[in-house]
Amino acid sequence: MSTIRLLVGTRKGAFILTSDGTRKQWAVDGPHFGGWELYHLKGSPVDPDRIYASQTSSWFGQVIQRSDDGGKTWNPPGTRPEDLMGTDGMPKGESNMFLYDASEKTGKPLTTHQHYDGSQRPWEFKRVWHLEPSLTDPDTVYAGVEDAAIFKSTDGGKTWKELAGLRSAKGQLWQPGAGGMCLHTIVLDKGNPHRIFVAISAAGSFRSDDAGQTWRPTNNGLTSKYELPDPDAEVGHCVHCITMHPSRPNVLFMQKHWDVLRSDNGGESWQEISGNLPSDFGFPIAVHAHEPNTVFVVPIKSDSEHYPPEGRLRVYRSKTGGNEWEALTKGLPQQDCYVNILRDAMAVDQLDPCGIYFGTTGGQVYGSADGGDSWTPIVRDLPAVLSVEVQTLP
Amino acid sequence: MIRVVLPQHLRTLARVSGEVSLDIAGPVTVDSVLDVLESHYPILRGTIREHVTKRRRPFIRFFACEQDLSHEAPDTPLPEAIVAGTEPLLIVGAMAGG
Repeated sequence: MSTIRLLVGTRKGAFILTSDGTRKQWAVDGPHFGGWELYHLKGSPVDPDRIYASQTSSWFGQVIQRSDDGGKTWNPPGTRPEDLMGTDGMPKGESNMFLYDASEKTGKPLTTHQHYDGSQRPWEFKRVWHLEPSLTDPDTVYAGVEDAAIFKSTDGGKTWKELAGLRSAKGQLWQPGAGGMCLHTIVLDKGNPHRIFVAISAAGSFRSDDAGQTWRPTNNGLTSKYELPDPDAEVGHCVHCITMHPSRPNVLFMQKHWDVLRSDNGGESWQEISGNLPSDFGFPIAVHAHEPNTVFVVPIKSDSEHYPPEGRLRVYRSKTGGNEWEALTKGLPQQDCYVNILRDAMAVDQLDPCGIYFGTTGGQVYGSADGGDSWTPIVRDLPAVLSVEVQTLP
Repeated sequence: MIRVVLPQHLRTLARVSGEVSLDIAGPVTVDSVLDVLESHYPILRGTIREHVTKRRRPFIRFFACEQDLSHEAPDTPLPEAIVAGTEPLLIVGAMAGG
């Protein structure tokens, strides 16, 4: 029987939740890295025992951790097994250097972005928001960082190099939103290794067709009439999350600050599909593992409240690729619920029926083993959940 | 030997318990102590001071002999008691209220 492993990043450490394929009984392992913020953990699709984790702290900065045994043990990439031997053994890896490309050839024109006060500020690394392992090579992994940029490692996370062409995509016009100027979404295309999509808060979505060397904005059709002086600007839209089904790489679903949208042409243009949602604000968006037209969102009240409308926690599902949405409430609190669900905190497994999982800022992780029809709390009292990823193991 | 006390999270990261003892050649300053500390424990690079600028991270403090040395120039000689090893250099995570 299959095993499901949830990788949960929280404000105070990482937790690994494991169940067999029935998804009824869960073992909770953690906290790993207690006291640190774990923005994101994600396993390699090629080698599921290879898991990358972003460990970060306002005091001590950024550390990348890596497990090669499915999360039992962790070390900074670059640490050799012999480094750990003996009573004085210690990790020698130092995988926390994210240096923006300042080279004359590619970096110099890109070194500033717009700040809140209209001045130009230099890019300054703060943390890794998202780690996206390659679909084909366990040693290759991408990192989305704040201030917004994308980095790539080809040595298992030991060293990182910026794909600086992204900042040429009108980077001088990007400016931080309230949550920081973060690159939080990286979507790889299984059928086309040269194509990469990214999303940046308060900047928009961007696409590369040459494996990350050059990029262009893909925001045609996005409208932000309350956030931007030019509602249809080429950049500046606050994209919260993008997802795709691997079988249909030209079909993308987006949760924007306001609006849920869909593209049927690889991001060339977008159409709103918010339909009958009670609020089209939200953070995560996920697509069903086996039904490419079935999409999940969690509507949130905003602009500043950031909790479910009417205190009722509802996942909304569209089986028609948008516009027609149904509320999924069975097992979810329908009164006095004021948690948020962050952008990287919802994911699906690969079983049939498909499992869907999400974590809340109240520390709950909910799971559904029947495609969203009913939900059960897997854990209730973790620290605020920042991210949830799923591994479906044979 | 120079004695250094790390904050708990950095002790965990470097997998050390208690104080760290370092042999410093030449003038004993915050910078020279951190240079040797980071060469012994590479995982600490970037956690106390920035990689490139070598500036102290904003929420890190350096205390010694009941003095806050955080705002001293990093090449300022440390007190004699630190050099003699009778007092430790404390690397501290700044208080966060709440």
